[in-house]
Formats: sequence, structure tokens, C-alpha cells
Amino acid sequence: MDYFLELFFSGLTRGSIYALIALGYTMVYGIIGLINFAHGEIYMIGAFTALICASVLTVWGLPPLAVLVLSALAAMIWSAAYGFTVERIAYRPLRHAPRLSPLISAIGMSIFLQNYVLLAQSADFVPFPALIPDFAWLAPYRSIIGSSDLVILLTTTVVMILLTLLIKGTKIGKAMRATSQDKQMALLLGIDVNFVISATFVLGSALAAIGGVLIASHIGQINFAIGFLAGIKAFTAAVLGGIGSVPGAVLGSLLLGWTESFATGYISSDYEDVFAFALLVLILIFRPAGILGRRHNQKV
Amino acid sequence: MARKFQFLSGVVLFAALFAGKVNFATAAEPIRLGVAGAHSGDLASYGLPSLNAARLVVKEINAKGGVLGRQIEILAEDDVCKPEIATNTATKLISEKADIVMGHICSGATKAALGIYKDAKLIVVSPSATNPELTQSGKYPNFFRTIAADDAQARQEVDFAVKVLHLKRLAVIHDKGDYGKGLAEFAKEFIEKSGAAEVVLYEGVTPGAVDYSAIVQKIKRADADGVIFGGYHPEASKVVSQMRKKGMQTVFISDDGVKDDTFIKVAGPNAEGVYASGPKDTSKNPLTKAAILAHQTEYGSEPGAFFLNAYAATLAIVNAIDKAGSTDFEAVTKALRQQAVDTPLGSIRFDERGDAIGVGFSMYVVRGGAYQEVL
Repeated sequence: MDYFLELFFSGLTRGSIYALIALGYTMVYGIIGLINFAHGEIYMIGAFTALICASVLTVWGLPPLAVLVLSALAAMIWSAAYGFTVERIAYRPLRHAPRLSPLISAIGMSIFLQNYVLLAQSADFVPFPALIPDFAWLAPYRSIIGSSDLVILLTTTVVMILLTLLIKGTKIGKAMRATSQDKQMALLLGIDVNFVISATFVLGSALAAIGGVLIASHIGQINFAIGFLAGIKAFTAAVLGGIGSVPGAVLGSLLLGWTESFATGYISSDYEDVFAFALLVLILIFRPAGILGRRHNQKV
Repeated sequence: MARKFQFLSGVVLFAALFAGKVNFATAAEPIRLGVAGAHSGDLASYGLPSLNAARLVVKEINAKGGVLGRQIEILAEDDVCKPEIATNTATKLISEKADIVMGHICSGATKAALGIYKDAKLIVVSPSATNPELTQSGKYPNFFRTIAADDAQARQEVDFAVKVLHLKRLAVIHDKGDYGKGLAEFAKEFIEKSGAAEVVLYEGVTPGAVDYSAIVQKIKRADADGVIFGGYHPEASKVVSQMRKKGMQTVFISDDGVKDDTFIKVAGPNAEGVYASGPKDTSKNPLTKAAILAHQTEYGSEPGAFFLNAYAATLAIVNAIDKAGSTDFEAVTKALRQQAVDTPLGSIRFDERGDAIGVGFSMYVVRGGAYQEVL
């Protein structure tokens, strides 16, 4: 039973990490129907920003929790700026081009950002300070759940709730839903569609940055390529849950995390990815739009 | 084009005539040392440093009056590291009456040529052929080498875990890559053969994953008292850090890919007590310094790959002939196995199978944020 719990929480942590990144994919897809392949790189840039901030703040002698919060804030702002810029220069000019063009542009952006960080920072792995302190009261349970796992879980839950409230209850959330349903009509009703799209990118990038800070602190090292695998896995999770759906992204991520964790625990980690992708194929056979994805009916 | 070829072949023929001219000025018949390896082609950078090493040693020995009063003469033969050419190279060296061979460079070429040398009762000492089969198959009593075999690192790790640390239950983890998985396979095999310990877990992890806690839980559940990890430092530091975070003090043993300062930098305090194997440090050996200096003065550049191994091989050959008192197969084989010789790689002699004793890997441990040699 203990072993099951351990694997359960290990999968939950993984899933939460995927969810923070998957949300960005799914929000952007929901609004403009684009798969933003540069999203993994935004996550990586968030981690690097946090590293630089944390180094400076630690030298100033701030307490670890303040360092964590401040560098996470800095990472969110900086990543949001990148997300905004990427949309402006790589996607907006191609909005009315055939669907393949923005996709290629996204892949190009991803390669560009990776190499930019490679040249500006380093090709090596750099140590990332453990910003999340070890809670003493959690020590008896640390074999089941560590303090960084707990912080990741809590943060993801809070972010999910806030995001749902934002989409359901605020004016910008309403505008986002309207734009996602019908861009033309939203425009006719006086919604600034360009602003809404920019806001979506900013929001998604900020979420990815939170993910970047938490994961980097959890595993203690970053380099320029960490965005690739995390991005691919999160994208898979978003498709699994039904791309375009926010609760779907969370559900898909958790499902992916648990599949990987239980496959490793009960079968073999050699087959971790095999099981994850077999699950994806199975679900897509029976629900082609993903678990919570809605089929778009052709309007006549 | 045809004219150019005519001209070229003329030049080659002319050069061959000169190369074939042997100097019989010394009274005694010279000892002919065949040096076979890639001296041209895309792998020449592996073979030429060995030829340079042989020339430097021979020059020094000849200046001192040679061995057993006879001068040494080098017969350099190119095999381009190709097995099909290596057989010709071997036949040619035999027909040129080579007494002993230093080479070949690549494992494939060495293997192809060894049978021919064996039939002609010719001893072969390779500075660089690392395929474990060459010595372990027992098929080639005429083969020796001054480099550790591919599996030597795994053997070192397992011996250390089982005989020094007395671990009983080992988890073998790798990163699914060529290097890591290859090492892990050997490690698993050696643990099972040793009989003193068992493999309780054998698995690969996906490099670059965001979290390794599931595999760490599995190591814990398998009740392993030691982990042997095959792979590079990024995954090693993630696995070891997550183990320590979960309060596991399981011994962590890894390889050359982890014996890197970046590992200590990244894993920080969690790196303390981690064992890793790495090549023996020979840079402080005075013979090494002398050999490198000799290369710099003679050729004006830094020596290349396998230079020290070839230097050691040539020294071992010369020493064995000297001790044996002849170039007789049996006598020289016996001398190679029994007489230790000081070389840039340390004092070496060869075991029954032909592997050099005293060449290879050491174990290092992280203490106070730096790797220290333990064995």
C-alpha cells in the first residue's frame, strides 16, 4: 500500500508539472487553433530567468521563501514578455496564412530560442539552487511526498482554481471564450481580438514560467534543452485531455503522469514512454478529440 | 587523367624500391618490429601516434646499442583500420620476417589479423584494441594489449562494490544510451558471475525526464544496498539527489561519464560519498613526462591518441625480448607475463589472457566537493 501511495504521489507530481505547461498549449490552441511549439522554450527561459534572479537575490541575503516568490514573479514577467513578442513577430503576421505556415514558424521559433539561450548562457547543465526549503514537519513522510512535491501540487491546484475563475468570471475571460467560439463574431461585437490573443499568450507563458521555476528547483539543474522533452510530454497530455479544453489539459496531464509512474513502478521504466503513448493512441481511437475535447460540428 | 596515374604509379614504384632497401651495416641481424595500424585514411589519427611512439622508443634503444646487441628495425604497415586489409598486412609482415608486432589499432582489424599471426607464431601487442573478446575468448595466446578492455570499467565497479564495499543487493540502472547501457550490461553480467551479490533491479531511465521519483521508489522497494549507474552526469545527479531527498543512503557507484566536476557542481552536497570509476591518472609519472617531451622535440607537436599505450607496448616488447634473451615465441610470451616493466602507464606485466595488469581504471569518491582516488 505504501508503495502504491508513493507511486501515486510521484505520478501526481509529474502530472502537475505537465499540467502547468499543458495549459499554455491548450489555451493558445483553443483561441487561435495554433500549436505553439515554442511553448517549451518559454518554460526553459522562465527557469533561466529565475536562476539569474535567485543568484542575485541570494547574494543580497534574502530569506529563501522571498527569493522563491520574487524570482518566480520575475520569471513570469520575463517569460510573458517573450510569449507576447513571439506571438507578435512569429504568429500574428501569419494569422491569415495557410495553417501549415504558423506551425513551421512555431518550430522555427523553438529552434531559435533554444540556440539563443545556448549561445547566451551555456551548453552545459547549470546547477539550480533548491529554492523550496525542506519542511521539517514533512520529514516523517518524505519517502512518500517531499516538500518540493507538495509545493508543486499546491501551486498547481491554486493556479488551476484561479485560472478557472478568470475564464468563467471576469470580463477578459468572457472575451477569451467568445474569441475561441467565433473570432469574426467577437470582432463584430466590439471585442479587441488582437488584445485577447496577446493576453492568452501572456497568461500561458506566465504559467509555463511558474512550471519552470518549480521543476528546476525540484530537479536542481537546467540547460537550454530542457524545454523540448517537457514540451512534448505536456503537448501529449493536452491532446490526451482534448486540446483546447482547460480541464482536459489538467486531466490529461494527471493521467499521463500516473501512467508513467505506475508503468515504471509495476512494470519497467524501460517501457515508461511505450505505455504513455499506447494510452494516447488508445484514447484517441475511442475519443478522437481527446477525453474532454468537443467535436466541432460543421456549421452549414 | 591516365597520364597522371602513370606518373603517380611511377613515383610509388620508385618509393617502394627505396623502402625495400634494407641496411645491413650492423654485424648482427636486426630485430624486426612490425608496427601495424591505420597510417592513412580517416582513422590515421588513431594509428600515427602509435607509430611515432614506436619510433621514439626504438630510436632511444638503438642509441643505447639495441637489445641483445642487435639493433631494432621498424617495419611500418598500414591496415587503414579495415579487417580485410589487415589480413594482407599480417601476411606481409610475416613474409618480411617480422619478429614481433606492435598493433593493430582497431579491434576489428586486430581480430582479423590475429589468426594469421597465431599460425606464424608471432606475438602481437596492441596499444588500443579494446574489444573484450580478444583476450577473454582465450583463442589468441599470442595477443597482449596495453589498454583496458571495454568491460574493464564495469569490472572495476563491480569488483569495488562486491569485494571492497561488500554490497549484496545491487540495482543496475542505465540511461538507455550506447555507453550507459553497454556498461550496465557488463556490470549485470559480472555481478551474476561473481556469485557474491545479486542484481535486484535492472532498468533504463529516460534521459531528460522531469522527475525520477518513481524509479527511486523502485530502488527502495527492491531493498538495494547499492546502485550501479551507467550513463552521464545529468541523470546521475537527478537520481542521486532524489534518493538523498527521500532519505535513502544507498551507495551510488557510477562511471567515467559521471567522474566530471559538473556532477559535483550540480548535485552539490548530495554528491558526497558517490563513487565513480575513471582512468588512472598517469600525468605525474616521470616516464610520461619524458615520453611527451620526446614527442614534442622530435615532431614539434603534442602526441595524439593511444601514444602512451603504444609507448608502453613498445617498451614492454623490448623488455621482454631482453629478458627472454631471444625472440623465441615461448620465451618472450613467458617474459611478457612474468617480467614487470616500468612504462608511462606505470609498472605493468600481462595476465594469462593478455590484458595488462596495472593498466586501466581507478575508483574515485567525492569528498569535500572533489574527486579523490580511493583504489
